[in-house]
Amino acid sequence: MADSDNVSGVEIQLDQVTKRYPGSREPAVRDVSMTIPAGKIVILVGPSGCGKTTTMRMINRLIEPTSGTITIGGEDALRLDPDTLRRKIGYAIQQAGLFPHFTVAQNIAVVPGLLGWNRSRIRERVDEMMDLVGLEPADYRDRYPRQLSGGQQQRVGVARALAADPPVLLMDEPFGAVDPITRGNLQDELLRLQTELRKTIVFVTHDFDEAVKLGDKIAVLGDQSAILQYDTPEAILANPADDTVAGFVGAGASLKQLTLLRVRDVEYPDIALTAVETRDSPGALRQRMTEQGRTYALLLDERGRPKRWVHVRDLSSATSLTSVGRPVGDVVSTQSTLQDALEAIIAEGGNAVVTGSRGEYVGMVDIRTVTDAVQQLREEHGDAPEPTGSAAS
Amino acid sequence: MSAATDVRAFSTESGSRRAERVRLLAQPAAVVVLVGSVLTWAFARDNDEIEAQSINAATLLTKTWEHVVITFVVAAVVAGVAVPLGIVLTRPWARPAAPLFIAVANIGQAAPALGVLVLFFLWTEWEGLWAAALPIAFYSLLPVLRNTITGIRSVDPALVDAGRGIGMSAFGVLLRVELPLAVPMVLAGLRTSLVLAVGTATLAFFVNGGGLGELVDTGYKLNRVPVLVVGAVLAVGLALLVDWIGAVLEEYLGPRGLS
Repeated sequence: MADSDNVSGVEIQLDQVTKRYPGSREPAVRDVSMTIPAGKIVILVGPSGCGKTTTMRMINRLIEPTSGTITIGGEDALRLDPDTLRRKIGYAIQQAGLFPHFTVAQNIAVVPGLLGWNRSRIRERVDEMMDLVGLEPADYRDRYPRQLSGGQQQRVGVARALAADPPVLLMDEPFGAVDPITRGNLQDELLRLQTELRKTIVFVTHDFDEAVKLGDKIAVLGDQSAILQYDTPEAILANPADDTVAGFVGAGASLKQLTLLRVRDVEYPDIALTAVETRDSPGALRQRMTEQGRTYALLLDERGRPKRWVHVRDLSSATSLTSVGRPVGDVVSTQSTLQDALEAIIAEGGNAVVTGSRGEYVGMVDIRTVTDAVQQLREEHGDAPEPTGSAAS
Repeated sequence: MSAATDVRAFSTESGSRRAERVRLLAQPAAVVVLVGSVLTWAFARDNDEIEAQSINAATLLTKTWEHVVITFVVAAVVAGVAVPLGIVLTRPWARPAAPLFIAVANIGQAAPALGVLVLFFLWTEWEGLWAAALPIAFYSLLPVLRNTITGIRSVDPALVDAGRGIGMSAFGVLLRVELPLAVPMVLAGLRTSLVLAVGTATLAFFVNGGGLGELVDTGYKLNRVPVLVVGAVLAVGLALLVDWIGAVLEEYLGPRGLS
């Protein structure tokens, strides 16, 4: 399935899919139609009980749709044998669902085993998957799930889901049961994996921030899995389709948008007056500062990395630049999100130092840069800037 | 009994693992000391002719062997019937039938063992090993049946969901996930059943099934206390030994990775 973009995922199409449980008048899922593009992460997000999990579970037929069609990579999923279908769809759930009496290696090997791979191929694959999710095979292969932390179990869960290299991965609140720090790490890890693997991932969560962070596209679902809005995170944040979506996006949509932009996407002019602490003399620096009318200068080390801020009045008595000034606090890299940048700007009092890939000084960002970026994003998504901030389309 | 209380499991879990280990060593030792000293006393004393007919190596070995055979036939029947039945009764399509079968097994256990034995005899007019083993098996079926059902039901539904979700068949999930995780419960039930069976097998002589009950009966009827005591002590020793074997099996046959 790999094309020129190295996408290993396939497209999933739901067409008028409905699930009606016997004995209940209203269907749990009503007439859902959506296309999940190949190689993208699509998040189904909505309040509990809205049918998002049911919708996802119909894709691998853990729940049989009452009506409608589901095609995966052009194949009618409802015509395949359910067990065969599921072996081609990775499945990861909350608290990992690892078999407690299987070792880590045995857990990961389940699907390759079902597919009849030979032993040496399975063993190689298990090690490869453990490397992929960042668990040292020699240390963890023979451990039982109970001997792992929650985050490690979740990694094994992802490794097990990916073991047979399925084009599609279904994830049902996989990071719901771990602490916020581990959760953040696992999310970063998933994004890193996805840049390599390019699977089609359907991810269910009720956490909108998680959806914004992970999703290429987000489907905001209402009752009976009705699709309220299905768009990129940027578009949903900039322009929620209706009040329900706006309510779900929650307060601080602009702050959330900042997590979608990175410092490298905005201007970071090289406006600071810099000096190398071991090379320049205090006198010469002082002269330069008075000529340019600056009160502060940024001291760099020999490799250009920001070290300290120095005030002009500190220079009169100093004999060397290595002993003056106060250390630079928060620094952001060009990879940082604008949210991190904003944090640093506030902490540093007006603007923050930007560093390049090797930690060297490359420029400065200030509050103006951040607000301009958000403004621009809103204009791009076709919505006039709203001074009141209330949601309307 | 309601269906809810029906599935309470028999547990032989006793105290800490350390206490369990001490018991694993102490229990067989106690049996050896008890049985050894009683036998020494019985053989050393001056037995009359009637006593000597029972208290001799050949008779004691035969009776003990008969008792062991009854016990193991019962265990085999119980395991062969109750475990598969318990498995079937946890399948979604058979779940409604579970209370019915539990109720029948309950009747089997609630009725006096001797009654079950005699009724079975009156019905079939059989004698011997099977005439004893089958009603005793019915009598001691419940712990295994109930524990098999409870053991499988107590497997986290998320594990079954995960198993099916990654492509295991329903049978595959049963065989590789549900049953292995239910093994400790099933073994605990089997151990309880076996101990019940050893005790009840002392009644086998009523239907010509042999066993240590014969010694007790002879000793009682002919007023020979040493014969009665030897029979009773051997039965007790056997029960403790069977319980110990059950404990050893639980220790080593359970799934790994759970503690």
